[in-house]
Formats: sequence, structure tokens, C-alpha cells
Amino acid sequence: MIEGVTVRQAGPDDAVAGVQPKWVALPESVEEIAAVMRACAERDLAVVPVGGGTKLHWGRRPDRCDVLLDLCCLNEVVEHAAGDLVVRVQAGATMEALAATLAAKGQELALDVPLEGATVGGTLATATAGPRSFRYGTPRDLLIGVTVVLADGTVARSGGKVVKNVAGYDLGKLFTGSYGTLGVIAEATFRLHPLPADRRWVSTSLPAAVIGDSSSELPLSPVPLLRALAASQAEPSAITLDWPDMQAPFTVCALVEGAAAAERAEELRAVLAEEGGRLGGGEWPTKPVAGAEAPDGWARLPGDELLIEIRTLATWADMVMTAVRDAAHVTELPAKARMWLADHLVTHVALPGDAGPAAVAAFVSSLRAAVDSGEPRATVRILAAPEEAARRVDRWGPVGGLSLMRRVKEQFDPGRRMSPGRFVGGI
Amino acid sequence: MTLAALTPRLRELLEPDAVITDPVRLRTYECDGLTYHRATPGVVVLPETAEQIAAIVRLCNEHGTPFVARGSGTGLSGGALPRTDGVLVVTSRMRRILEIDIPNRRAVVEPGVTNLAITEAVRAQGYYYAPDPSSQQVCSIGGNVAENSGGAHCLKYGFTVNHVQACEIVTPDGEIVRLDRVDAGYDLLGAFVGSEGTLGIATKITVRLSRTPESVITVLAAYDSIEEGGKAVSAIIGAGIVPAAIEMMDALAIEAAEAAVACRYPDNAGAVLIVELDGPRAEVDRQFAQLKEICSGAFELRVAADAIERAAIWRGRKSAFAAVGRISPAYIVQDGVVPRTSLPQVLASIDRLSAEHGIRVANVFHAGDGNLHPLVLFDDAEPGAGERAEIVSGAILDLCIEHGGSITGEHGVGVDKSRYMPKMFSDDDLDTMQLVRCAFDPRGLSNPGKVFPTPRLCGEVPGVRRGVHPLVEAGKAEQF
Repeated sequence: MIEGVTVRQAGPDDAVAGVQPKWVALPESVEEIAAVMRACAERDLAVVPVGGGTKLHWGRRPDRCDVLLDLCCLNEVVEHAAGDLVVRVQAGATMEALAATLAAKGQELALDVPLEGATVGGTLATATAGPRSFRYGTPRDLLIGVTVVLADGTVARSGGKVVKNVAGYDLGKLFTGSYGTLGVIAEATFRLHPLPADRRWVSTSLPAAVIGDSSSELPLSPVPLLRALAASQAEPSAITLDWPDMQAPFTVCALVEGAAAAERAEELRAVLAEEGGRLGGGEWPTKPVAGAEAPDGWARLPGDELLIEIRTLATWADMVMTAVRDAAHVTELPAKARMWLADHLVTHVALPGDAGPAAVAAFVSSLRAAVDSGEPRATVRILAAPEEAARRVDRWGPVGGLSLMRRVKEQFDPGRRMSPGRFVGGI
Repeated sequence: MTLAALTPRLRELLEPDAVITDPVRLRTYECDGLTYHRATPGVVVLPETAEQIAAIVRLCNEHGTPFVARGSGTGLSGGALPRTDGVLVVTSRMRRILEIDIPNRRAVVEPGVTNLAITEAVRAQGYYYAPDPSSQQVCSIGGNVAENSGGAHCLKYGFTVNHVQACEIVTPDGEIVRLDRVDAGYDLLGAFVGSEGTLGIATKITVRLSRTPESVITVLAAYDSIEEGGKAVSAIIGAGIVPAAIEMMDALAIEAAEAAVACRYPDNAGAVLIVELDGPRAEVDRQFAQLKEICSGAFELRVAADAIERAAIWRGRKSAFAAVGRISPAYIVQDGVVPRTSLPQVLASIDRLSAEHGIRVANVFHAGDGNLHPLVLFDDAEPGAGERAEIVSGAILDLCIEHGGSITGEHGVGVDKSRYMPKMFSDDDLDTMQLVRCAFDPRGLSNPGKVFPTPRLCGEVPGVRRGVHPLVEAGKAEQF
């Protein structure tokens, strides 16, 4: 079909959220991506780019998908300039392979990878991050240059390979989190950090029964504890709250990294003991402990078949916990929740993949009614859900600036051939 | 339609003293910090609300009149250079801090608030606003958003874009839209910050507040040569330390700073290095021990004992731009970036350029991230000197591009560097960037003539053209 580019017939395993493409194209260079895109433009074929496929079931089902553009063959670490703390890497490289290359020189891309097997391109396209964004930011904050291929085959770069650079518009930020709807991310350049000399996790379990219980005499909120951790001059890199069972205790955990991590961890343990003791009323399912091992499931999602993300202000943790528990109660769905704190409080709620559409709709509306209250905004979105389960809800909720987003889409992809329909407002 | 028709409509929208047409007063707005580009604005307005700005912008749309936003006018790339045929929207009356929310580590401010005012408002509570451009006492946060301003401490803490959580903006067609990182959808906020006023005007800005570090250690190390100082910088990075700042000045820059502010840097230094460590006390103490080891080659090492001594160390560095006025009648402040490891080669090439053209260059730079601020010195009374300085200044940017760097690290492209954009980016790169412009501002009314050397016609879709061009079809053009 396209000269020099490997293309095969697609099978059922290649389906994108239930839509089976006709072909799978396997370009091996940026030029080959461009050739595929030009060929698709001539034939009016819709394209969905894919990396590790770990999040291919995220977002809405595409309106159409003729060609799955598999970036697995563009997986090279092109240039690791260790002295400059910068790496240029092709989109199909896995985050794991990239980390191994960087670690050999004592460096890292300071991003958590919530799903094993994720690639650089997929991480960018979905803007996935984890608890360490408290200190390092999200993919858009670490991306300093990008090469993209547009729907018509145009290859464009923005940024570069220096961290400090304000020349021109930052297309990298625009493409980060665009779910493949603006074009193909082909290559990325990131700023790096030295691998921390040491790491310590400090955690404690607390009883959840009192959260939001107005009849309790105990303090009702984990917020002062989270605030105290965030304000600590021991400077944690991450602060999380893990609540795998609504009937059981939850765990608050903070990570410290770098020089003198052990001493700083002691400071945080004292914070946990003081604030946590107040919250638990002396009841400690697990007293505060510090250790050099990550707790189970650290930086991972609580599940990803049916996954909801809630973003609120940092101080809304109690409100979100109550909202999740109430939604679980009303719908009788077993929910697992994990939160991490950054500029916002980001909460992921996993539900069973076979939950019925009525229950899912009820769960999401219950959450939205509880937290989505105008200014300052809080948002509830469904990241992943089988099409059937999500058919009765608006996956993304209301979006500020949607008309501008439509105009951006119209400029970049006037033919609506890039992952059509997968993103907000059916973009 | 002309400005004469527009002005009475502006007076209907705004307080009488908020519309300036007096030629003498207009002239005070004719340039920003880059004083050799000047244009007297057609009319200046001083709105107080987002609604007023939206109404002004809608009027401009009605009349097809260009508009330019301006904060404190401290920009160094002519980004706020007015249009003689347009409206200059000055945000200096929008100076309220609307909300300080310590528990959520955020503040909401109007665009005319100065950068430092945010820190001053929250300092007592143990917080600060991290980006710290040298002009932070006067520069406005709206201008910082437009330029994606950095500062000496962005090596560790990042730029404005990493610290802005939301903006309310007036779009180039006069709509008030909130771009918020809490929302799903494209990261339009990320595209807006740093777009130099070409995608609209920020009217309300939510910034992150950072915790004041427990400990700060500032060290001044004096070396015989730039090369030796450069080696120390590499060793610091190689040791896995990320200081809050690493700054370097060469002998000429030191001489100027000495003349201007008597900073008392060590005598006969070929280069001084300023390294600032901050963070938890235990961490900073460990890093400081490493740093002393690394800087053992310095012929003098000073450590600031307190805030006053820290300020003394910084005084020379922060005054450097203005200070060269003491040793040269005229100068150009350049802003370019190279990969940090290329610094030695690039500095050697700058030396050669300087000798070749008989133009002195004082070097001040953010050594940690390769951001150079060469100060190109000349005597404007000497015939041809200005032209030679221009050549040297331009050649430095070429060097930055050759080494895979950037033509601007923090001052922006503005009008000053738009002609260098095609050297750094391909036509396809620039056309693709301008797709964003076309989405936000299809009529090209918001700060036209900045950033891009050639505006893109927004109606046209690039690439393969299908069928006959409408102009050909209408008989107005032919295709060859």
C-alpha cells in the first residue's frame, strides 16, 4: 500500500475500543510515518496511533479507524546527552527501556509510569503521571521538544534540546494529553534529573469509618494531615492516599528522595504520628513507619478496566472520599480509590469492568453532584470504560474552552482523520 | 475604519481618564525594555476589568483594528511594541491580588500585579512565588505569562508555565474563556503561556505558591578563567546536584558590576561562579559538603553567612545588565541558549568574534542551563560601531543555533528576533505553530507582527491542495 512501509491486515486483537481497523502500519522512521499519513490523506483513511497499547481502551470509541499506526518500531533512544541532562527518544520506546538507558548514567526521567509497558508516545498522548508530579510536574512539564507528524504528513518540530527555550509556540504542551487527535507524536526530548541517591517511604494506616461521619467526635478529615505533609520543609516528592476498600482503613504515604532522605523521612514520620494520631483518635491500624521499599502498588492505578479520575483542590480530600464512598454505597459497586497530591488532588477510582451502564451512570452522576460545584472547578472524567458500560454518561464532563479546542482540532486535522471522536466533545 | 472612529466608542466603555490620545502621553508607551524599537500607539486604554478588555477587543474586531497588550513594559524583545494603527491595552490598573489560598498553595491575581508582590503577600506565611526574573520588582505577572518568564532559579524550579494553574483570558475575538489545568481537553493553557500576547490577553491568573525552603546556602567561587569555572559547573551537575541557581560572570562583566555597584568580588578573577543550594537543611548540608570539594580549585570561596551577605553576592550579578553602561556608552543585551556542555566552545567562539570585529563582549550567564546573556558593548558615537555590534550579536545567535540551542531562553522573540525564527525552525514548523494562531486569532489582530516573520493566511489548509484554488476559479489568479 505504501512504498517501503510494512503494512499488515488487522485482526481482532488490533481493535481500538472495540473498533477493528483494516490495516496496521509499522513505520520505522519519522519519514515513514509521514509517508503513511500522506497515503492515508489521499485515501481519506482514519488513523489511530498506538504505542504499547496499554491505554488503547481509554477514551471514547473512535468514530472510525482504518489504520492503526503502530509505533513499536520507532523505539530508539536517539541521544542521551548526560552532561546536559537531556534525552531525545523515539515515541515507540517503552518508558522502562528508556529508564534503563538513563539509569546506566545515573539519571532518570522523573515521571511515574502507572501502567507497565507504556511507551513514551502513549505517556505523552494521554498525559499520564503519578504521585511524583508533586515535585517534578507532569509529562508536559518535563517535555522540552517534540517532533510530530500531522494528518497531511507534515513533519513539524517545536522546542528543542535545551531546557530553557521560549522561541515559538510550545506544540509539545498542545500534543501532550491530546489522545492522538491532533497528529502523531514521533519523537520527544525531555529534561532529566539525577537518580535520587536515596529514597524513603513513610506511611501509616488510618480508620476510614470516621471520614464524613458527622456523629463522630473525632476529627473528620484527612486534610490537615495531607496539608502538613505538603507544607513540610522535609520536601516530600510525593504524597498519596490509598483506599482499596471503602469498608477498611486507608493508608497515607509520603516519599522523600535525595540527599539525607532517612533524616527527612524521620521528620515526616513525626508529622504522620502527630496529625495521624489526631485523626485516628489513637486508633492505629498501622503506626507510622519509614522504609526503603515502595509500598505495594506504589504509583500504579487502582485498576484500569473501568477507571474514573477526579481532580479537585488539594483540600477537598475529605469531600472526595465521602463522595466516592456514597457513590459506591448507592450503586453497590465495589470501588477502589487512590489519590495523589500535586497542584490538584488527583483521585483515581477503579470499578469492576463488568459494571452495568445504569450503575456506572449513577456512580458518575453521584460523584459529579458531590464535587463539581462551579468555581473553583472540580472535574470528574471517565478515563477508561467499556463502550457498553459508559454509553449513558458523558465521559469528560463539562470542559472550559471547548469551542477553542474545536477550532484547534479543525486547524490541525480538518478532515477529522486523527483518532476521530475519541476526545472531549467528540473531537 | 480608522482609529478616529474607534476612539469615541472606547470612551463610552471606559472611565474618561482611561483612554489616552494625548500625543505626549502616548509617547511614554512607545517602547518596552527594548528601547531601540519604537512606535507611538494609536490609542492607549487602561481597563480595570476583564469585561472591559473583552469589550475593547470586540470593538477592535468590529473595526479590524490590531491591539497589543502591555503590562509593566519591561520586556526585552519588543513584545509589547505598540502599533501606530492600533490600540495598546495596558493592564497597570488591574493590580488586585484576588485570593490567597495557603491551604491549597495557590493565589489568584490580576495581570497587572507585579511578580514580587505575590511573594511579598505570602512570605510571612512561609511561601513564595518561584519564577524570579531580574525585573521582578516591577514586571507584571500578565507579562510573565505572555513571555513565559524564567529567572535565575528556574534551573531547579522551572518557568512561569510550570507555575500557572489557570488563566482567565480574553480571546482575540473578545470572548472571556477560562483555561484551567483541572479541566479535561487540550492543554491550551500550556500553549497560551509564552505566546507573547498573540493568542489573547490574560485577565486573571492562578499561580502555584511554593514553600520557602528551610535552608539556603549561597557560594561565590572565584576562578582564574572561564574554563576552570566551567569545569566546576560540569562537576556539580555530574555529582547529581541540582542547585537552585548556577550563575557565571566573566572578567569584563565583573569589572562593570564593580564600577556600578562596588560588589567587591575577588580581585583579578577571570570568572566568578555563584552557586545557590536550597531545600531541607539536612539535604543542603550534604550538598554543600560536596560543593566545597568540587570548588576546591577556586582561588577564593565565599559563603554567605546570612541574607545580607547573600544579597551582597547577588548584587553584582543582578546589576550586570545595567552595569555595563558604566564601561560602555551603548550595549546590546543578547539572550541565547546552548546545551550546557557546549558552553566552553561557544564562549571561545564569542571571544573570536569579539576580536575579529573589535567589539567587546561581557558574558553573564545562567551556567546551569546554558542560557547566555552576552552584553555586546560599543560606542554609538563611533561610525560603524553599532553595525559591527549588531553583526556580533547576530552571530552569537547563529552560534546558539549551530550548537543545537535556542535564539531565546527567556526574553522572547517579539519583534526583535522574529527574523531568526526561520534559522531555528523550518517553514513546516512555523506553519504548524501558526495553526494554533489561526485557531485563536484567525484575523491576526492580537499583537500582530510578533514572533513569526511571516503571518500565515488562516483560511488555507497546507499540504496537498485538492481541486482548483478558489482564486483561480474566480479568475483572480493563475496557477503555474
